[in-house]
Amino acid sequence: MLILSIESSCDETAVALVEDGRKVLTDQIFSQADLHAIYGGVVPEIAARSHLEVISRLAERALQVAGVTRADIDAVAVTYAPGLIGAVLVGVNFAKSAAMALGVPLIPVHHVRGHIAANYLAYPELTPPFLCLAISGGNTMLVDVRDYCSMHILGQTRDDAAGECFDKSARVMGLPYPGGKPIDELSKRGDDHKYELPRPYVGQNPYDMSFSGLKTSVINIAHHCEQTGEELDKAGLAASLCRAVSESLVGRTMTAEKELGYKKLAVAGGVAANSRIRGDFQKAAQKAGYELFIPPLRLCGDNAAMIGAQGYYEFLEGHTADSGLNAYATMGL
Amino acid sequence: MPMRRWGCNMVAITNSEVETEEVGEHFGTQIPDGSVVALYGELGSGKTAFVRGMARGMGIDCLVNSPTFTIVNEYLGKRNLFHFDMYRLGGADELYDIGWEDYLGRRGVCAVEWSENVSGAFEGDEYAVRFEKLGDSSRRITIEGGNQSC
Repeated sequence: MLILSIESSCDETAVALVEDGRKVLTDQIFSQADLHAIYGGVVPEIAARSHLEVISRLAERALQVAGVTRADIDAVAVTYAPGLIGAVLVGVNFAKSAAMALGVPLIPVHHVRGHIAANYLAYPELTPPFLCLAISGGNTMLVDVRDYCSMHILGQTRDDAAGECFDKSARVMGLPYPGGKPIDELSKRGDDHKYELPRPYVGQNPYDMSFSGLKTSVINIAHHCEQTGEELDKAGLAASLCRAVSESLVGRTMTAEKELGYKKLAVAGGVAANSRIRGDFQKAAQKAGYELFIPPLRLCGDNAAMIGAQGYYEFLEGHTADSGLNAYATMGL
Repeated sequence: MPMRRWGCNMVAITNSEVETEEVGEHFGTQIPDGSVVALYGELGSGKTAFVRGMARGMGIDCLVNSPTFTIVNEYLGKRNLFHFDMYRLGGADELYDIGWEDYLGRRGVCAVEWSENVSGAFEGDEYAVRFEKLGDSSRRITIEGGNQSC
């Protein structure tokens, strides 16, 4: 089954062609991150307009590169939640029109479910159940993936997402947006014990996380240096921050995995690209004897191939929509 | 031009995030539907914590987290709270692009973080809540304006 998949929920406009949820024929991504760097973040109006300008051409290019015709497409899958509403709507309306014109089913896909499904593309042998930590600019969730379309959130951030903590700390440290990559690069030259940063526990649920206090601590350290004239060790701060975020994530994830009794552990989302977090997970999983799945960098960020992968399994469950499909800024998993 | 009636004017000093939430909670019990709450203050000054308290005060049992990425979080319950974050917006025009007027029409409470970025979008009858850092964890919270005392 060949699925044309669309993703436009934030920075990236992406179109892919995926076969049977596992095989990527092509994966086209147009990133608006350069445009957004000028503004220090995503500017929705620009995001929506820019998605609109490229989405159709990107779809044409996908067909060309994959060497398939419109008649070969069996279904259209699209991210319909969550994200910047104007941006998500562009993808949803394009997908609706395409499905209608081609006379094929339309499959709505939750963006975070897509990130989890990126693992199916990278690891053909991976099947549920497994535990997945989904970490990105907008989400930080520990998910019990019981089946392809049956998921339970064990814990999530009570305030800022892990990626947001990197973005905002980067801004305070005078680094570019998005902040994940520059902080990662800088941290490699720094002492990860240079600054003492908190590892907050929140509420009654041991799997819930908090990154707002960590962000505030980074801001306070930067301000103290500014006020006292002491030189800020940016590499040390970046390394200490990466260590703090990683320890917050890895500890909880390993505890949850043990409790669930699974042997398979997956990490998904853009923050999974962070080398400290990847390294710490590799060490912890090896020690505990768990099989670890982290998609390659390209599949960690937003892309449409992951939507095509999840879309296939949603279709098998009968989760399709008609032309009344709407887009949503917020939605449970 | 809407007339500003006698409204709210209060100052609170808080010494922790929990106390900031409590001030928000009290404010949430007082605030009428249809209100706009403009929040001003730098990174990490307690804006999201205040809104979390507001939701609780309004009787909404919902996870309140940062809307920086999504721009708007919707908390729906007996009453509705729309939690905006203008951190990534360039100006008031873009507020309209994301459907600001639709939200105003839904008769909930609109709480807007980083209102600095959309100055000029409000009509003068909003509550202005300002957060100033006094130390690492202490904050001065000033609430002014609105149509009703708090």
